[in-house]
Amino acid sequence: MSPTAWMAWPVILPLLGAVLALLVGRKGVRVVAGVASVATFTASAVLTWEVATRGVLRQAIGGWGPPLGIEWRADGLAVLMLLTIGVVGPLISVHALDHLGDREDREFLPLWLFVWCALNALVLSADAFNLYVTLELVTLASVALIAVRRDRPGLDAGLRYLLFALPGSLLYLLGVALLYGLYSALDLGLLGQRITPGPVAWVAAGVMTLGLCLKTPLFPLHVWLPPTYTGAPTPVTALLSALISKGSYYVLLRLWLEVFTPILDWQVGQFLGVLGAAAVLWGSLLALSQSQLKRVVAYSSVAQIGYMFLLFPMATLGARTGAVYLVVSHAAAKASMFVAVGNIHQAVGITELGGVQGLAYRMPFTFLAMALGGISLIGMPPSGGFIAKWILLEESIWTGQWWWGLVLLLGGLLASAYVFRILRGSFLPLPPGVTVRSIPLGNELAPLALALIALVLGLVPWFPLELLAVGTAR
Amino acid sequence: MNTWLPLAVLLSSLLPGLVIFLLAEEQRVLRTTLNLTAAGTKLLFTAAMAWGVFRGRHYETRLPFLPKADLVLRADTFSLLFIILSAVLWFVTTIYAVGYLEGTPHRSRFFGFFSLCVASTMGIAMAGNLVTFFLFYEMLTLSTYPLVIHRGTPEALRAGNVYLRYTLSGATLLLAGVALLYTLAGSVEFTEGGALDGVVGHSVELTVAFALLIGGLAVKAALVPLHGWLPVAMVAPAPVSALLHAVAVVKAGAFGITRVIYDVFGVYRVHDLGVLHPLAVVAAVTILYGSLRALQQGDLKRRLAYSTVSQVAYIVVGVSIFGTVSTIGGLVHLVHQGLMKITLFFCAGNLAEELHVHRVAELRGVGRRMPLTMAAFTIGALGMIGIPPVAGFITKWYLGIGALEAREPWLVGVLLLSTLLNAGYFLPILYTAWFQAPVEPWAPRRSRRWEVGPALLLPTVATAVLSLAAGVFAGADLSPLGWTKLITEREFRP
Repeated sequence: MSPTAWMAWPVILPLLGAVLALLVGRKGVRVVAGVASVATFTASAVLTWEVATRGVLRQAIGGWGPPLGIEWRADGLAVLMLLTIGVVGPLISVHALDHLGDREDREFLPLWLFVWCALNALVLSADAFNLYVTLELVTLASVALIAVRRDRPGLDAGLRYLLFALPGSLLYLLGVALLYGLYSALDLGLLGQRITPGPVAWVAAGVMTLGLCLKTPLFPLHVWLPPTYTGAPTPVTALLSALISKGSYYVLLRLWLEVFTPILDWQVGQFLGVLGAAAVLWGSLLALSQSQLKRVVAYSSVAQIGYMFLLFPMATLGARTGAVYLVVSHAAAKASMFVAVGNIHQAVGITELGGVQGLAYRMPFTFLAMALGGISLIGMPPSGGFIAKWILLEESIWTGQWWWGLVLLLGGLLASAYVFRILRGSFLPLPPGVTVRSIPLGNELAPLALALIALVLGLVPWFPLELLAVGTAR
Repeated sequence: MNTWLPLAVLLSSLLPGLVIFLLAEEQRVLRTTLNLTAAGTKLLFTAAMAWGVFRGRHYETRLPFLPKADLVLRADTFSLLFIILSAVLWFVTTIYAVGYLEGTPHRSRFFGFFSLCVASTMGIAMAGNLVTFFLFYEMLTLSTYPLVIHRGTPEALRAGNVYLRYTLSGATLLLAGVALLYTLAGSVEFTEGGALDGVVGHSVELTVAFALLIGGLAVKAALVPLHGWLPVAMVAPAPVSALLHAVAVVKAGAFGITRVIYDVFGVYRVHDLGVLHPLAVVAAVTILYGSLRALQQGDLKRRLAYSTVSQVAYIVVGVSIFGTVSTIGGLVHLVHQGLMKITLFFCAGNLAEELHVHRVAELRGVGRRMPLTMAAFTIGALGMIGIPPVAGFITKWYLGIGALEAREPWLVGVLLLSTLLNAGYFLPILYTAWFQAPVEPWAPRRSRRWEVGPALLLPTVATAVLSLAAGVFAGADLSPLGWTKLITEREFRP
C-alpha cells in the first residue's frame, strides 16, 4: 500500500464500525466497537509512523487536486491529534460501557465511532469547506451523544449545546463563503498564498474566529459549557471536554497560523490573548467556588481552554508547540478527571464536593488518577501539563510578552487550589452512613490509564515534540 | 565515566516506594524488609559513588527530555554531601518510623510516600541542570504533602493547606526564575564556578532571575518571612518532622540556594551583581528571629521547629558571604545541623511516644526515667549551642573566622547573640530534665531492658554518636569537614 493510502483508513474504519454496530444486536455491539477501535487505532499509528519517517503526506481525494478537488494532508500536528483521539477516546468508551445502561450502550458506541470518524476527517482536512462539513458532523453526533440517556438533564444539555454550536458553524460557513467569493479557493495552502489585507478578508477572519470561539468555547462565550458538561452523561462530558472541543480549536489553529497570518495586526492577537487570560482567571475562580464536583472540573475546562488562546498573541512556532502540547495533555488529564468523577458518582451517589470524603482508601486507583490528572492541570512536573506550560512560559519571555507568563503562573496557583480542594477531602475518614458500592475494575483502571498518559507525556516529551516538528519547516 | 549508578541510586528508593503502595496493610514483615533492603542498597550504591568521586571519577546519567534541557543526574562532590547525608539518615529514620508507627493505620501509604520523598531528595541532590532540579523539587512537595496530612485530622489538613500555599507559591517564583534564566542563557547545566559564561551584560535580568530563584528556594529553606509553614507542619508524625522538616525539605531549599550561587551564577558573578550581601542580611535576621521565637515556645516540637528556622539560616549565611572559610562553615552545617536536629526530633518523638510528654514544662526529671534519650538530646542541644567537641562548634568556628576574613565583623556579633539565644532555649530544657524532681512518678518501663522500644532508641543513639563523631574527627579526610573543603576548593578555582 502506498503511504498516502494509509490516510483514508483512520476515517473509513470507524465509519464502517459505526454502521456495523448499528446493525448487529445487543451482544455484538461491544465486539464490533472493540474491533473497530483497535483497527482505527492501528491505522492511526501506522499513519503516524509513515509521517514520522517520510514527512508530510498529501492525498487528493478522488484524484482531483486543489483548487478543484479536496486535499487531505497529514503533518506532524495532524497525526499527533489522530493518536490523541485514538488513545483517549477508546479509554473513555471503556468507562462508558459499565457506566451507562445496556440500551445506552447500543446507541453510545455507534455514535462515538461516528464522532471519531468525523474528528479524524476534520484533523486530516486541508480545505476550508471540508472542515465545515466535518465540524458539522461532529456537532450533530455530539448532540445525539449528550442526549443518549433520554432523560431531562441530558436533553436540556443537548439542546443547549445545539443552540450554541450551530450558530458557531454557520458563522464559520459565512466566512468560508466570503473567502471563496474573494479568492476562488478553499484549500488552506492556496488561501494562505492569495489572501491580502482588506475589509472583506477581515470580516471573514472575524466571523470565522467568532464562530469557532463559540464552539470551543472561549470566554465570555463559555456560558453554555458548565450546564452542558454537567447535564451530559459523564463519559460524554469527558469526550466533549477532551476531544470534541479541541476540534474547533484545531480549525482555529490551522486558520490563524496558515491562512490569516499575513492580514492580521498585532492587536488582534493581543485581544484573543486577553480573552484567554480572562478565561484562565475567571474559569479558575469559578471552579474554586463550586460545590458540585463535576462543575469544578467543568469550570477548569474553561480555564484550560484559556491557556490555549495565549498562543495567538505570541504566534510563534514555539508557542504553537506549547499550545498543542497542552491540547494533548489536557485531553488525557481532563478525560481522566471526568471519568474519575463518574466513578465517584457511581460509587457513592453524591454529587457534592464533600462526597469524596474517605474515598481515597476505598477507590485508590480512581484517586490516584484524579491526583495525576490534577497535577497535569496545575502544570506541575512530572506531567504533560508542565511541559506545555514550560514551553509557553519560555516563549512568552522570549517574545518579550512576559505578562502572558504571569497569567500561566497565576493560573497554575489557582488550579492547585481547586485540585487540592478535591484531593484533600478524600483523606478524611469515611462519614458514617455512606455506603460505597464497588466499581468494576475496568472503570477503576480507565481513568488511571488516562492519567498515566498525562504523566508519560511529562516524562518523555521529546517524542511528541519531534513529531510535532514534522512539516513546520517553512 | 559511569552512566548507570546515579540512576540506580534514584531508583533504589523510587521503585520500592511504588511497590510498597501496592502492599496490603497487614504485610508488615514484607514491607519492613523491603524498606530496609532498599535503604541498605542505597547506602551501598552511595558509598561506591562517593569513593569513585573522591578518586576523581565521573558519574552521569543523561536522558533526552526537552530540546534545551536533558534530564541529567550527576554526582559531583557537592551532590554527594547531600546524598550521603540523606542516605544515612534515611536508613536510621526508616528503622525509627517502623517502630514509631507500629499498629497505626495506613502504613503502606506512609512508607510509599516516604520512599518517594527520599527519591525526590536524591533527584534534587543529583540534578545536573535547573530543569531537572525543578522537576524533583516539585516531586518533593507532592510527596511530602500526604505525609503532613497523614493523620487525617482537621488540624493536619489545615497544616497541609498552609504547607501547600507556601511551597506552591515558592515553586511558582522558582519556575519563573528558571524560565527567565533559560531564555537568557539557552541552557543551564550546573558547572563548578558558574554556568552563565555565555551571558554578557543583562545585569538587571540576571538580578531579577536571582531574586526569583532565591525567593522560591527560600520558602523551603524557611528564611524569614517565608518560614511560616515549618512550625505548622510539625503536626506530622515525628519521623516526618525528623527526616523531612529537619533534613530533606529545608535542606533542599538550602542546597538549592547554594547551587544557584555557586554552580549557576558562579560566586564571582553574584559578588559582582551585589546580591550576596542582601541575602546574608536576610539570613542573619532569620537566625535571630528564629531563635527569639524558639525562646517563646512551650511546645517541644515547635521550639525545635523554630530552632530549625534559625539553624538552616546558618547555611545560607555561610554560602552568601564571599570567602572560602565561611563557605566551608555553611556547607558543613548542611550535614552537622542534619545530624544534630534529627537527634533532637527523635528524642522528642521518644518522649511523646513513651510518656506522652509534649511540653517543655512537663519534662521535669525525665532524665532519670529516660537517661539515654536525654543524653542524646543533651549532645544535640550542646551541639546546637556550639559547644566543642560536638559538630556544631566546627560550624560556628568556621563561620566566625570566615566573617572576619570577609571583613563582615557585624556577623560575628550575630553569631554570638544567636549562641546566647540558643543557650537560652536549650539549657532550660536540660536543666528541667536532669536537675528538677518529677511532679509525680513516671509511668514504669514497659520492658526491663529498654527505656523506650529499641527501634526508637537505637537510631536516636546512633545519630547522637554521629553528631559527636563529626566534631571529634573533623580533621579526617572523609569527615564532613574534610569533604566540604574538597567542594570549596573546586568552587573557588578561578
